[in-house]
Amino acid sequence: MGSGRLYAAVAAGGFRRYATYRAATVAGVFTNTVFGVILVYTYLALWHEKPNLGGYDQAQAVTYVWLGQCLYATLAIQGGGAEKDLMERIRTGEIAVDLYRPADLQLWWLAGDVGRALFQMLGRGVVPFVFGAVFFPMALPTDVTPWAAFVVTLLLATVVSFALRYLAALSVFWLMDGMGVNQVLTVTGIFFSGMVLPLNAFPGALGEVVRVLPWAAQIQMPADVLMGETDPLGAFAFQAAWAVALLAAGRLLQSAATRRVVVQGG
Amino acid sequence: MGERSAVAEGLRAYRLIAGMWIRSSMTYRTSFVVTVFGNLTVTCLDFVGILLMFSQVDSLGGWSLPEVAFLYGLSVTSFGIADLALGSMDVLGARMRDGSFDTLLVRPAPVLAQVGADRFALRRLGRITQGAVVLGWALASVDVEWTASKVLLVPVMVVSGAAIFSAVFVAGAAFQIYAQDAAEVQNAFTYGGTTLLQYPPTVFGKDLVRGVTFVLPLAFVNWVPATYVLGRPYPVGLPGWMAFASPLVAVACCLLAGLAWRTGLRSYRSTGS
Repeated sequence: MGSGRLYAAVAAGGFRRYATYRAATVAGVFTNTVFGVILVYTYLALWHEKPNLGGYDQAQAVTYVWLGQCLYATLAIQGGGAEKDLMERIRTGEIAVDLYRPADLQLWWLAGDVGRALFQMLGRGVVPFVFGAVFFPMALPTDVTPWAAFVVTLLLATVVSFALRYLAALSVFWLMDGMGVNQVLTVTGIFFSGMVLPLNAFPGALGEVVRVLPWAAQIQMPADVLMGETDPLGAFAFQAAWAVALLAAGRLLQSAATRRVVVQGG
Repeated sequence: MGERSAVAEGLRAYRLIAGMWIRSSMTYRTSFVVTVFGNLTVTCLDFVGILLMFSQVDSLGGWSLPEVAFLYGLSVTSFGIADLALGSMDVLGARMRDGSFDTLLVRPAPVLAQVGADRFALRRLGRITQGAVVLGWALASVDVEWTASKVLLVPVMVVSGAAIFSAVFVAGAAFQIYAQDAAEVQNAFTYGGTTLLQYPPTVFGKDLVRGVTFVLPLAFVNWVPATYVLGRPYPVGLPGWMAFASPLVAVACCLLAGLAWRTGLRSYRSTGS
């Protein structure tokens, strides 16, 4: 019971920390809205040439764009969430302090990242999404059930996103510097999450591969669940399987990494 | 001290600071090579996105792949040059918050040169390289009757485009003096602008096209001159000679951005302590 309260407090801390940067949040809302508008027009041109591309109609393609803008910061698609601080702490050695805490390292950082994601969603994601819904035709359900299922996929997407970034951050124990890993996170995040193009519009074998990778759990799955394009239970299973596998891999790597830690006292 | 020597002094300061950052990044050569390669990959991705789109369709907004690649190459090369020269402008807000901006003010060198050359990063050559490669391919593949004026217009577009994007960077920096925590607004115009220009103007709504033609004249980076080269009418009906107006627009943008920068700098109040 007590530990549940601890992680809730860590999550609240993550939320409050990002809530401090108000001007940055407003700036982010503006930027995501501008990018959303640009993308919507290109997608509309694309779907005009090829209606039903990837099984979406135009309204669904538009919905996908705004969902992407909504989740971009929420899921830290190009990195820049909790893993950024974790990398810095590993690099400077401050991680030794974290290891002394009477808390689980992975859960501690997961809680903080969930708090961050929740703030980014409310502070930065909702406004572009509402803007999109007001000014462009979107395919949103009027039922409560798909929205409820959507909330579940979002939660699972957050965990998958964190688990991937946690693995990347732990690599700094061996690499000593996070710059290269961060670049990899950016590239893979943007491309395989479907920020460039919905994964169901990727052609041929490439499409089949990207749709089973863990990044597919981040925008594609929530979008398909919200728009009723996929069975929610199947989506939950897909996301949960990746979450468990990646978190387990993170634990394994973490125990290997912490055995390496040598505290330079003085 | 005349205007001319102030500019010369600024360029000298810029060169010295940029040289320092280059030497510092060259200390770890492997790391440098890796980041250049990483940068190249990141910038290649958005062109891969366009290729993916064209794997599904033959044209976008009525434009073929070589024509879109022409727009893309021009936009990315121009933006890359401006980004190489002034891309660190977005750390200005952070510098003002932590107080290190004040240090730049008391140094005997133009502040703009110091901010522009701050963290000068040769790895940004990756973007220019990628843009130039796509542009080269596009020039070889577009179906155009090349005339002297069309050939001449291509380098003019790249240089004017770089100047227009540079003006956006400087104006963005001036804005950051007021809104210290809002560096991302600048991204909407710089990164957003270059993304917008990678697609044909026919894709976008008339009002959006009007906005980036008459209000924030990004269209002169490539859209307006490129429609002349490709022999297409410009969607909001500009007179034909406007295709050659990019250098003028660039000069006007730079003057306005310089003015904004000066005004911003004069109104700067240190956070102090």
